[in-house]
Amino acid sequence: MSSTEPVFQTDRSALARRLKTILPPHCLLIDEEDLRPYECDGLTAYRELPMAVCLPETEGQVIDVLRNCHQLGVPVVARGAGTGLSGGAMPHAQGVVLSLARFNKILRVDREARLAVVQPGVRNLAVSEAAAPFGLYYAPDPSSQIACTLGGNVAENSGGVHCLKYGLTVHNVLRIRVISIEGEVFEIGSEAPDAAGYDLLALLIGSEGMLGVVTEVTVKLVPKPELAQVVMASFDDVAKAGDAVAAIIAAGIIPAGLEMMDKPATAAVEPFVKAGYDLNAEAILLCESDGTPEEVAEEIARVTEVLNAAGASEIRVSQSEAERLRFWAGRKAAFPAVGRITPDYYCMDGTIPRKRLAEMLSAIAGMEIKYGLRCANVFHAGDGNLHPLIMYDASQPGNWERAEAFGAEILELSVALGGSITGEHGVGIEKINQMCSQYATPELEAFHRIKAAFDESGLLNPGKAVPSLHRCAEYGRMHVHHGDVKFPELERF
Amino acid sequence: MTLDKIVLAVRSAHASHTPLRIRGAGSKDFYGGLLAGDLLDVSGYRGITAYEPTELYMTARCGTPLSEIEAVLAEKGQMLAFEPPQFSGATAGGCVAAGLSGPRRQQAGAVRDFVLGVKLVDGSGQVLKFGGQVMKNVAGYDVSRLIAGSLGTLGVIAEVTLKVLPKPVAEQTLVFALDQTEALKKLNHWGGQPLPISASFWHQGQLWLRLSGAGAAVEAACRKLGGTSAVNSDQHWHSVREQAHPAFASDVLWRLALPSTAPCPGLDGLRAIEWGGALRWYAGEQAAIRGAAARLGGHAVLYRAPESLRCLEGAFAPLSPALLALHRRLKKAFDPKGILNPGRLYAEF
Ligand SMILES: Cc1cc2nc3c(=O)[nH]c(=O)nc-3n(C[C@H](O)[C@H](O)[C@H](O)COP(=O)(O)OP(=O)(O)OC[C@H]3O[C@@H](n4cnc5c(N)ncnc54)[C@H](O)[C@@H]3O)c2cc1C
Ligand SMILES: Cc1cc2nc3c(=O)[nH]c(=O)nc-3n(C[C@H](O)[C@H](O)[C@H](O)COP(=O)(O)OP(=O)(O)OC[C@H]3O[C@@H](n4cnc5c(N)ncnc54)[C@H](O)[C@@H]3O)c2cc1C
Repeated sequence: MSSTEPVFQTDRSALARRLKTILPPHCLLIDEEDLRPYECDGLTAYRELPMAVCLPETEGQVIDVLRNCHQLGVPVVARGAGTGLSGGAMPHAQGVVLSLARFNKILRVDREARLAVVQPGVRNLAVSEAAAPFGLYYAPDPSSQIACTLGGNVAENSGGVHCLKYGLTVHNVLRIRVISIEGEVFEIGSEAPDAAGYDLLALLIGSEGMLGVVTEVTVKLVPKPELAQVVMASFDDVAKAGDAVAAIIAAGIIPAGLEMMDKPATAAVEPFVKAGYDLNAEAILLCESDGTPEEVAEEIARVTEVLNAAGASEIRVSQSEAERLRFWAGRKAAFPAVGRITPDYYCMDGTIPRKRLAEMLSAIAGMEIKYGLRCANVFHAGDGNLHPLIMYDASQPGNWERAEAFGAEILELSVALGGSITGEHGVGIEKINQMCSQYATPELEAFHRIKAAFDESGLLNPGKAVPSLHRCAEYGRMHVHHGDVKFPELERF
Repeated sequence: MTLDKIVLAVRSAHASHTPLRIRGAGSKDFYGGLLAGDLLDVSGYRGITAYEPTELYMTARCGTPLSEIEAVLAEKGQMLAFEPPQFSGATAGGCVAAGLSGPRRQQAGAVRDFVLGVKLVDGSGQVLKFGGQVMKNVAGYDVSRLIAGSLGTLGVIAEVTLKVLPKPVAEQTLVFALDQTEALKKLNHWGGQPLPISASFWHQGQLWLRLSGAGAAVEAACRKLGGTSAVNSDQHWHSVREQAHPAFASDVLWRLALPSTAPCPGLDGLRAIEWGGALRWYAGEQAAIRGAAARLGGHAVLYRAPESLRCLEGAFAPLSPALLALHRRLKKAFDPKGILNPGRLYAEF
């Protein structure tokens, strides 16, 4: 079982012939120039051309594509908007990309029941827009929400600024329709608060397109808070800012958003968005409160008190909705802003226990020197999810390799500090080696058994998310239990 | 008790194909399929191993009583937001395995929403660690949450990490005189508004509504909603949480999880409505109840019943053939010989 990487040999013309029998011409791309736009997702450092891109328009066509690929032994990579940052939607050279982009209809918004039924290609923000007339919205709000799709969100268990208080995708999805590689349809979850049997919804959300293809999603909508206000605090020391975050939680406050940016990050975004950030601060914290006007006033007063006691050097409270949005604009635009000051950047996504923040940031400062690359840090401070942005120049020889090694070291330190190699972007192809650091052989074997329970043939998104044991052995991260080595025949280095 | 003891017990059961019945405090012996197999009592594996109030998590060994956990949390003004009952010594492992949540579920979420990580002894006696102690972790499949509600059929939960939350600053309970139809209508209407409703309970023409949050917000909501302010409200919610309220007193009790807007099925015996309308309790033998719940988009659990009826009806709503096959394959992935709590969830595995 999955001890080695599977090998696929696809007959391109046989595949094309077969796909032409099940899809109309406008739903099938097979010429190289048409395939090019699909060669990577948001992680552009890894590229691969698929043999074909299928753009089905009906669920029946999705089922046909999957069934036929299953019969022919052809790998399938599902794709939403391609904004993923871990290469999860990167094509397989021997396979097809199954784009759900045309499944972009909102099927139903039920005001009374506070839910929406949508197709997987619907953009995240479109759900909230459709719910707005009813005073409702969809809480998970990844920064990519204008572009990313609900199908991708489900596959990645995406989070956003609001997830400290309102949860991740897994906390906000009620039901999904999933098609297996064999073309079988599963209804998982329901509009009721729970369903009979195992909680397969929890297992499928975040499974990175490895277990099935999502064709419909029912999401929970929540009442829009009457008011939101944000406090912006400056600190002359990042450790102090980290302690301030702990102090807010210790005071019994769960803010609607709690984000932090370090000096290089504010320096990068300020000229771009003119948010009025304090450029002298070593770190700034953005702390949002939402709810009824009474609730917000009470919480803002308490937060301000805590931040003052924690040694904030400056505190500003947004006085209007326009100002609140301006305070956030910089944080929301941090990635593109960094993109303007460096030819390329590599966005990492590790989670650490918050109390280890200062330790992590000083280690990153050391790595900047070690690898000769700069790094700006923005992160979801409330839940310890860091997004170091490593700046590099792909046109310089060796630059990408250094950035990659820099990123790998951050992830491995995240694990060593008690955290995870990914908080929200997924493992994909990018962090597949670091999975060998986070998990030992027995867990990886369990993951492969789960995969086999859904997709015995291993055709859905092969080579992603869960490394083969062979790969971990090669990466030198094979864990040895009770002295017995798993692959004695393999060389170790 | 040590982890090694649990591991050894499972390994030897695995070697000899002996079914095991895992037991915490046994407060749930009445729940699910009939008990089978040699007793594996894990109540002795106990103790809180980590608690970080500012990181919002707590890690405890499976046998730790919930009462101990809640007492430690209370010292820091925190709580298990899904409000599991402490009924007769319920344990952390049993609480997660049973996957049932209390009154605050409608606002805060269910057990599974608070599981951050588990240490599991699978059916072949391997110790597996999934998830962790951080809020966000999407590395690998989310096995920790899958374990919630799996009734010990996928592994012995040796240790579990739960997300904890601060207790609300203020709480108030309002009471309204409403029949079941009006109550459901009101609950769904209020649910769509930004009101700090943290629990609801309808019984015999009375709707109890709990508001939790910042002091000013709770007061403002009380003014807006009307109703009468309840006395002894803590006692009331405690009796609901522990199912000591008379509404739950019946030899045969059905738990229906439904879309909150579903009308009341045309059945007698409605005892209580919780969770903003989404959880409804019925008493008495009811041949038509499973079909009615399914038609309304939910499912019915035979929550408490004499053995004969549980054998006849099964505790849980039957799965479609495709889902049942998938469940069997998953069960096999964790417990290849089917020795852990066989039949406790479904007779088929
Ligand atoms: C600027 C920027 C900011 C971002 N900010 C955030 C953030 O704040 N939080 C966050 O969590 N992420 C963030 N992301 C990452 C990304 O947007 C999310 O992971 C998103 O959920 C991906 O959605 P997508 O539709 O683009 O999916 P894709 O990239 O197309 O696919 C992602 C994965 O999902 C699978 N998949 C897609 N559709 C389906 C389906 N229907 N069925 C089964 N599997 C499917 C794919 O195979 C792939 O493995 C950001 C990305 C960018 C570029
Ligand atoms: C009258 C009454 C009312 C109740 N009301 C509620 C209620 O309102 N809400 C609610 O949520 N719960 C309720 N419960 C259920 C119960 O109190 C809790 O679910 C409790 O947490 C079960 O814990 P336990 O340790 O007693 O579990 P047990 O009864 O010992 O076990 C429950 C299940 O979990 C399995 N199990 C136990 N420990 C482990 C482990 N370490 N690893 C794997 N599997 C394990 C067992 O095999 C069994 O399948 C009620 C119980 C009673 C008797």
